[in-house]
Amino acid sequence: MDKNEILTQVQDIFRDILDEESLVLTHETMANDVDLWDSLTHIQLVVEIEKHFKTNFTSKEIISWKDVGEMIDCLKDKM
Amino acid sequence: MITTFNELKKNLKKDLKSFPTIKVALLGDTATQFLAVAIRGAGIERGYNIELFEADYNQVERQFLDPTSELYSFDADYVIIFQSTHKLLSTYNEKSVENQSLVANERLEFLKVICNSIKSKLVYFNYPEIEDSVFGSYANKVKSSFTYQIRKLNYELMNMAQQYPNLFICDISALQNKFGREMMFDSSVYVSTEMVFSIEAIPHVAYRTMDIICAAKGKFNKCLILDLDNTVWGGVIGDDGLENIQIGHGFGIGKAFSEFQYWVKKLKNRGIIITVCSKNNEETAKEPFSKHPEMVLHLEDIAIFIANWDNKADNIRNIQSILNIGFDSMVFLDDNPFERNMVRQNVSGVTIPELPEDPGDYLEYLYGLNLFETASFSDNDTNRTNQYQVEAQRVALQKNFTNEDDFLKSLNMVSEIKPFDKFTIPRVSQLSQRSNQFNLRTIRYSEAEIETISKDNNYQNFTFTLSDKYGENGLICVIILEKINTETVVIDTWLMSCRVLKRGVEKFTLNTIVNYAKEYGFKQIVGEYIPTAKNSIVENHYQQLGFSVIESENQNLYALDVDNYVIKECYVTTKMNTEG
Repeated sequence: MDKNEILTQVQDIFRDILDEESLVLTHETMANDVDLWDSLTHIQLVVEIEKHFKTNFTSKEIISWKDVGEMIDCLKDKM
Repeated sequence: MITTFNELKKNLKKDLKSFPTIKVALLGDTATQFLAVAIRGAGIERGYNIELFEADYNQVERQFLDPTSELYSFDADYVIIFQSTHKLLSTYNEKSVENQSLVANERLEFLKVICNSIKSKLVYFNYPEIEDSVFGSYANKVKSSFTYQIRKLNYELMNMAQQYPNLFICDISALQNKFGREMMFDSSVYVSTEMVFSIEAIPHVAYRTMDIICAAKGKFNKCLILDLDNTVWGGVIGDDGLENIQIGHGFGIGKAFSEFQYWVKKLKNRGIIITVCSKNNEETAKEPFSKHPEMVLHLEDIAIFIANWDNKADNIRNIQSILNIGFDSMVFLDDNPFERNMVRQNVSGVTIPELPEDPGDYLEYLYGLNLFETASFSDNDTNRTNQYQVEAQRVALQKNFTNEDDFLKSLNMVSEIKPFDKFTIPRVSQLSQRSNQFNLRTIRYSEAEIETISKDNNYQNFTFTLSDKYGENGLICVIILEKINTETVVIDTWLMSCRVLKRGVEKFTLNTIVNYAKEYGFKQIVGEYIPTAKNSIVENHYQQLGFSVIESENQNLYALDVDNYVIKECYVTTKMNTEG
């Protein structure tokens, strides 16, 4: 799976969790860019992404990402 | 039946104007934002608008001890207090060794102060254990161990709840026993949010909380409706007979059914109304209750006993009208997904758990649903059954609420018709050996005999499968026709699985037989009913399908005129079989 495929799937998860059908994610999207993406929703997104990709992030990883791209890099490393 | 956290969250977008409001305060010593969302979402699912006051982080003491706090001015109907095991462990860790054995008592003293200081009903979360493994199992011998303190605390909470009528313990510890600490706690969620429940656990916690609030509001399940075959005992009483149904101790699946029955009996003793809704002849269905030595449930435990061949939606409406309680206080247990869906589609409000396929899993599954929360218990509760039995005799059964045709149409039933072949022969012979109820002549054939018939030109045979929008029912009907001369075919065998009764399959089958007869120039179809102890449901089968009685010594012979037959309307379509 390449990074853009991962991005598409991650985008679907964001849309579902944030209940925002038209949300568009890029590798550069940051939490500040998305209204409903706060620290609590963040953990909900992470848990959903873990479940979807059948993987686990460490606590350290979760707080280290600057943007969506970094999270996807981290995800890709685990595949 | 458990929705995910995200689904609960989406409930908050619904229009709640018509919902009654309950004022609830939530106080916790860890982050409670997600729990707050889930409780409101679960409230909406139960038809309540929860107006929630969420205290700021870790303010349990201040909110209670300060008479001018937001908590008191909010004036909640219910106050939920969630003091976590995690925080208790921190408190414990910071104490000197000699004071560690006081942790439980200190917490209990604090709760006593709370109970005496507020009028609202309190929902207090008990403590799921954290095993710190400092002493290992030896902790059981050491009063100052954390394990000892936690268990003492949970035990004493039960005693306190008996002293204070307004104190309700929400059994989070039971929840963790059921689902395990691995599911309940997620370290990365804890590290990044200070929440001590995983996102998967939160809906369960919210439901357990709402169970208590709903029960206190008078909204709880009062009645259990039971299917019989493969729900209360293993096997089909009408086909297998009294000796062969599975129930009782020893090896095998029988004990799962016995244990299930004990569970039902305990519910009955607690005041839950137990009723039966079964597709069976009444006499057959009652036989195990009065004659089987291993039955735990007896007829006197059952408030209303309905066994007939009508659809279960109508029968459940009857039960409801006799009991005069809401559909939303009834639970229906049936192993058959078709019946569950049928009731779900036609009677809204009834709780219908998706029983697991393996009866060995029934109980643990049901334990996890917490279907029978209550907010009170007294001796009066135990005597309700008799009162309803009397009522049931008084109220005449009303019938046919459900529009049968619309329902049957909506099923999208499809049948595949095939002659006997190497794939169907084993099943045909099995049905021939086992079917007792819908079996016109009850002639038993072995596999070898079926194979011989399948090759004999004097016979024509058909098998029918049935699938509907809920799934496959498999091979459900067998027909063997004997061509006795060029004019007449005799129905040697007509048997059908009782699972598909009342769906028009008989009509569909007869259409098929007549079409065959027409095509090959037969003028008359002859059928016979041979009565047995078990097949009275097909006593009038041929008359109902338009056959006329043949005047003869044998009063159970019937004939149908092929040329004047009008194809019967039914809602089954044929799946074409290419091999012919």
